[in-house]
Parts: sequence; C-alpha cells; structure tokens
Amino acid sequence: MSLEKYKQEVKKILSEYSIKERALLPCLHIAQEKCGYLTEEIISFLAQELGLPKVEVYSVVTFYSMFSLEKQGEYVIRICVSLPCYLKGSGKILEAVKEELNIEAYQTTADKKFTIEPVSCLGLCDKAPAIMVNRDIYGGLTPQQAKNIIKEYKKIK
Amino acid sequence: MKIVLKNIRKEGYLPGINSYMTQGGYEALKRALKTTPEEILSEIKKSKLVGRGGAAFPTGLKWEFTRKSRELPKYVVCNADEGEPGTFKDRFILEKDPHLLIEAMIICGFTIGAKDGFIYIRGEYFKAYDILQKAIDEAGTNNLLGRNILGSDFSFEIHLYRGAGAYVCGEETALLDSLEGKKGQSRVKPPFPTFAGFNNKPTVLNNVETFVNIPEIVLKGGEWFSQIGSPSSPGTKLYCLSGDVKAAGVYELPTDISLQDLIEKHGNGVCGRLKAVLPGGVSSNLLTSSDLNVKMDYSSIQQAGSMLGSAAVIVINDTHCMVNLAGRCIEFFDYESCGKCTPCREGIKRAREILTNIAQGKGELSDLALLKELQEVMFDTSRCGLGQSALNAVSSCLEKFYGEFKEHILKKKCKLGICSMGKDF
Ligand SMILES: Cc1cc2nc3c(=O)[nH]c(=O)nc-3n(C[C@H](O)[C@H](O)[C@H](O)COP(=O)(O)O)c2cc1C
Ligand code: SF4
Ligand code: FES
Repeated sequence: MSLEKYKQEVKKILSEYSIKERALLPCLHIAQEKCGYLTEEIISFLAQELGLPKVEVYSVVTFYSMFSLEKQGEYVIRICVSLPCYLKGSGKILEAVKEELNIEAYQTTADKKFTIEPVSCLGLCDKAPAIMVNRDIYGGLTPQQAKNIIKEYKKIK
Repeated sequence: MKIVLKNIRKEGYLPGINSYMTQGGYEALKRALKTTPEEILSEIKKSKLVGRGGAAFPTGLKWEFTRKSRELPKYVVCNADEGEPGTFKDRFILEKDPHLLIEAMIICGFTIGAKDGFIYIRGEYFKAYDILQKAIDEAGTNNLLGRNILGSDFSFEIHLYRGAGAYVCGEETALLDSLEGKKGQSRVKPPFPTFAGFNNKPTVLNNVETFVNIPEIVLKGGEWFSQIGSPSSPGTKLYCLSGDVKAAGVYELPTDISLQDLIEKHGNGVCGRLKAVLPGGVSSNLLTSSDLNVKMDYSSIQQAGSMLGSAAVIVINDTHCMVNLAGRCIEFFDYESCGKCTPCREGIKRAREILTNIAQGKGELSDLALLKELQEVMFDTSRCGLGQSALNAVSSCLEKFYGEFKEHILKKKCKLGICSMGKDF
C-alpha cells in the first residue's frame, strides 16, 4: 500500500475517534498487515497525526509482539510453544520448520517470503501442536506434516 | 445441562442472526427491556454467578458497583483476550455464537446505564473478529444495536477492538490501558474499574463466558441458576481439556463435576500414565493422582491447594520431565512479563537462570530454596496477577517432584533423557 493510500485510511479511522490517541493500535494494525512492518515514515506520520511523541509510538510498537520494526516475511509462521503444545511436541515442529526454511526462530528468509515466530498459546490447544500461517490454522501436526505445509506455501508465487 | 453452549451443541447451528432467533435469541433482551435494571440486578445477584475469567468475583456485585457509581458515561467491556495457555473456550463462543455475547452485553448496558460497549479481542483471533463484526452489523440492521433498541428509549453500540499480542493485556487494568491505545501495563488497584475504568469512567469488565450466562439467567431466573452445580460457585463451567488426554476439547459441565470424571468420562482418559494435572493452566499449582476426586469449582480446587482460574485443565503424562516442564512454564512468563515492576521482571529472569542451570547439570541444592524464596517474594510484591502467580507451577513442580530435581542436581542426570544436561534449553 502506498503511503498516500495509508494516510487516507488513517484519516478514516480517526474520524471514528473523539480522542485521537485511542486510535493508535488500529492504525498500527493496518500498516503492519499491509506493509509487513512499521517504517520510520509511518511512525513519524502517526506521531504527528495522533499528537503523540514519536518515542511513545515506538514504545507501543515494541511492546506488542504483532508489530515489528523490521520487514517481516510475506508469510508469518506462528508456532505455538506454550505448555499444551509443548506436551504434544511443539519443540520438534519448531525444529522441522527451521530446517525446512534454513533460518532460526524470529528470522526472515532472504527472499522475504517467510518469518518464523515462536508464540504463546494461540487458543488452539485442542489441536496441539498448532501453528498459524498468516490467518490459516494447522493443528495436530507431525514434524513431517509441518514441513509439507511450508513446502506448499513455497510453491505459491 | 447446557447454558452457554445450548445453541452451539445443536446440530446445524450457524453463527448468524437467523439461527440465533430460531433458538429464541434476543428474547432475554426483550424481557429485560420490559423490566427494570434493579430487577435484572437482583436476579443476577441471586444466581451467584461469579466471573469466569479467572478471579471468580461475583458478577452481580460488579454490575451493582458500576451502576451506583456517579460518574458518566459508563462503559461495558468484554475481555476476549484469551491468552492463558490451555484456554480456548472464548474463541469457541466468539466463532460459533457471537449473538449470545452481543445480547448479553446489551443487557449489561441497559442494567448499568451505559451507551457504549467494547469487545477487546485477541489480535490473533482473525476469524472470530470477522464473525463478530458481521454479527454486530446484523444486530444493527435489526434494531438490536444503535438508537432506541426495539422501540425502547435505550440506545447502545458495540465496538470491536483488536489486541496485538501481549498476554498481560488479559489482566483487566492492562486491558483498559491497551484499549486506550497505550502499552498494556497494569494499573494500581484500587481504584477498581467499576469506579475508574475505561477513560477513568465506571466500567463493567467481564470475560466472554461470564457474559454469555446472562441471557439464560434473565429468562429463567437467578434462583434456577443457583441450584446448578456446586452451591459455592453455581452454574456450569467451560472446561478446556488439553495436553496428554485422549479427547481434548471444550466441555460445558456443572461445577460439581470431579476432576476424575472430567478426564475419564469426558476426555476419554489419559494418553499413557497420569503424572500431574494443572487445573488452572500454567499459573496454577500441580495436582496429582491423589487429588482426582476434587470437585472442579473454585473453592474446592483452592482447598486442594491449587486454583481453577480460567479452567485450562492441562493433563501431563509420565513421559515428561518436570524440570524441563518447569523451564517451559517460566519461559512463557519471561516472554510475557510487561516489565513494569521489579519483582516480576527480575524474579522471572533469575528463576529462568536457575532452572536452565539445573537442566544443564550445573545446579546446586541451595538453588531450590532460592526458587521457593523467589516465589514467595514475587507472590507478595508483584503488581499484578502475572508476577504473583508466575512461579506457582514451578514451585509446585519442586514440591511434588523433588526427587527429579535432586537427581538433576546431584547425579547430573535426566532420567527421561529430555534435558540436554549441557546444551541450552
Ligand atoms: C496476567 C493475567 C491475564 C489474564 N488474562 C485474562 C484473559 O485472557 N481473559 C479474561 O477474561 N480474564 C483474564 N484475566 C482476569 C482479568 O483480570 C479479570 O479478572 C476478568 O477479565 C474479569 O472478568 P470476570 O469477572 O468476568 O471473570 C487475567 C488476569 C491476569 C492477572
Ligand atoms: S507483575 Fe509482571 S506483568 Fe504484572 S505489572 Fe509487574 S512486571 Fe508487569
Ligand atoms: S498451547 Fe498451543 S495453542 Fe494453546
């Protein structure tokens, strides 16, 4: 999304808020989803538009795990590592995905296609071990199945 | 006995408004609008419903405090941040019966005198968000939300608000800060949200499951509800069974069900041999096979030395090493601590160090006493529930499986071969 278009979206969101600061999270969500990260430009723009110090916007961005300052892959692979998934072998799932993509946790592949994010419980514990690829949910996985899922995403151009 | 899953468990039930209406949806709201807020309050108090989000505070009292607060405007907030590992009941309701929650929140608004309600939903619940938004729009089109609901002089709106990945935002005051567009860090209580909540105005903040009990209480009366399950915390509860159990899932059962029946009858039994159970997720103390007769209500679980919390019942079999498991529990809290207060921020780091050392064969017996002391200090001095309960599971691992820790320390051995005894966790 172009910055111009983003600015229009922000204006639309702000029109629903009487106190502008309250709109920070919704504005950040859109940018994160559309651009894959929060650029210096976006942060400066939001600080100005919402009347917040830039450092405040930065501190909010870094507080929440769904926001990032570095460009994330087109597909964010969230691998749950909380206890119920751990009991069902999430450690091996994480290893399998790392191996398939040849990167470590929290890293992004060189082609900017995949990011691996170990995360806390996703509320899918009845399907443990569970992962999410962007919005899609996969549960009850074996390490091989996890690799196969990644292979399918690799095929998408 | 189904109260909150009464619709969902019907075959072919869909989350849309037509399905909901066919099952008698919004009848409770119609009834409520014909009575007075005082009458509704009285029924909810009679029902003895307590909050299902973890703290088990009486819902009737919470609504009454907010109603009596003088400040205006007032707000209704639904906690749909569901982040406690092992909890997946709220997602189930949000995705499958969103109108039940909407109806309950409207009734709450009418009762306490609020015009606006917010649903704070976990950022990762993409699907539930879309379903809820659609349901809110449907309710608006049918004059169930908006101005002069069903021809009455009561008006109410519901706004959806997404979290962004922070477990601590499930804590009510952290949630309110997050809802105000800030970092989600807990506030000092008092004042409680009932007096100073969203925008520092009186706010009812309830868990999804708590809310969805309300329509049935309005229709059938508080007396009826209070007769179900355990007298001390009546009604049904959504138990989330996970871990080493054959049929993991959400089960709605009266609160006097025993842990044994929950696991054996409903969960089809343990996979392998039972070693321990966390009845209230990673913030609770472990129970073992000698505790299986305990009833799954708040006070019985407390008497057994643990807590029910949000009822994330995590079953652990004997293939797991408790030292390693304790390390995994603390890892979660280390990642999620908001860092606002020292005991939690630093205490968790030290506990993690100690557990890592033990798992690497570098531990000492005196470390175990240190862990216990850390738990006590953090329990007494942390600012919010996260830090206060972060070492519960760890210290109960220690207490109940002392031998395993000793073996790791003295013999430098992990019998199950799970701890690396050399490499990092
Ligand atoms: C660290 C922490 C996390 C919490 N997470 C949640 C949560 O995800 N959902 C929830 O409803 N309550 C959660 N709570 C409990 C809330 O603070 C609050 O007690 C509850 O939402 C009140 O609603 P209730 O009375 O309906 O239970 C959490 C508490 C703490 C200390
Ligand atoms: S106890 Fe932990 S999570 Fe709670 S306020 Fe203190 S640092 Fe933050
Ligand atoms: S523990 Fe993995 S989804 Fe809940």
